[in-house]
Amino acid sequence: MTRFVSWVLLPLGLVAIAGVLVWAFYLATTGETGARLADLALARVPETGVSNPVTSVLLNYRAYDTLLELAVLLAALLGIWSLGPAAPGFQRAAEVLQGMVAWFVPLLILAAGHMLWVGAYAPGGAFQAGALLGAAGVMLALAGHPSAGLPSEPVLRLLAILGVLVFCLVGLALMVLGLGFLTYPPGMAKWLILLIETGATLAIGVTLAAAYRGGRPARASEGAAP
Amino acid sequence: MIATQLLYVGCGILLLILGLWSFLVHPPLLRKLIAINVMGAGVFHILVAIAYRGIDTPPDPVPHALVLTGIVVAVSATALALAFGQRLDRDDDR
Amino acid sequence: MTTLLAAFDLLLSLTLLGLAVAALTSAEPRRGVILFIAFGLLLALVWARLRAPDLALAEAAIGAGLSGALMLAAARRARRRRSPETAPRPSEEQP
Repeated sequence: MTRFVSWVLLPLGLVAIAGVLVWAFYLATTGETGARLADLALARVPETGVSNPVTSVLLNYRAYDTLLELAVLLAALLGIWSLGPAAPGFQRAAEVLQGMVAWFVPLLILAAGHMLWVGAYAPGGAFQAGALLGAAGVMLALAGHPSAGLPSEPVLRLLAILGVLVFCLVGLALMVLGLGFLTYPPGMAKWLILLIETGATLAIGVTLAAAYRGGRPARASEGAAP
Repeated sequence: MIATQLLYVGCGILLLILGLWSFLVHPPLLRKLIAINVMGAGVFHILVAIAYRGIDTPPDPVPHALVLTGIVVAVSATALALAFGQRLDRDDDR
Repeated sequence: MTTLLAAFDLLLSLTLLGLAVAALTSAEPRRGVILFIAFGLLLALVWARLRAPDLALAEAAIGAGLSGALMLAAARRARRRRSPETAPRPSEEQP
């Protein structure tokens, strides 16, 4: 019976799913050729304050998406922290790896800043910059730094919520000014987007590094004990 | 251009199916996680292939933004699942 | 030119599928994770070819790098759990 399921029913089901997907793709590409969303999105990129189309979609057209995505990231981190304290870290690495890490971590932080700035007009942006910061944290954790380069517990908590916080504050400030939630006025769009992206970069980097270390951060009072 | 799109969309669908098969067949948590990540990669690959509009035309930025948020959500889900697995192992040892 | 590009596309797709099959069918956790990292890096290359450099950057850093680092740590824990007497003690282990 189990063999019947795994050798007959399962392949049949998988082939059926694949067939439906191919059929849906065929219908989507041969269907009516009206105005595509892409043309509309590309035509209005100059009005969004940045010239990289992906960044303009992420932080202008679909800013709600990005806000909720940062909230999902925060929720995942809270889930990891709620599962108990962190396991003991790695043994301190030997001289060569320590030396390489001492060179690489500042370079990664510099590259993250570059990515963040360049994201306005070239490939890059908050997610890539945050990933580089997170990679710096992972590298420090692998080299045996128990804190993975993360700050103490109160600062860590503030940094983790920074992305959502800056996003919401900008949205609420725009509402107070009489515009919609996250409807940027054209002149200020570039700077508002850069402000939000900076907050998001720090939050993503800290969240990824803390997720790699795993476990709830030690409280300041607990951390003082050896 | 349509042939390239078809090739890459087909590749993405195959990745999705392969990941789904592995997810259903292999019991260990780590193998299930790899399978889910391959499934997700298949979905992202389909979206990127749909956004592609020829080598001289700029691609559609909207699916690209969706995939970018998707990648970050996928890694956070993986980290959470691994933390759950670690906690379950620790409870088994006790 | 077009034929060359089509051949390149085919080669990329076949390598991608081969790596995915290898990652999904390897029973050893660490081997599977390393193949998955290779799969993620090749996927980034394919996306760069499909004119999505933003996504290629993010996939190489997050999809392959960070997921891979997380899963490698998990594979190491899994191996230690399976054979606690042959594995090094926590105080001696190398990162």
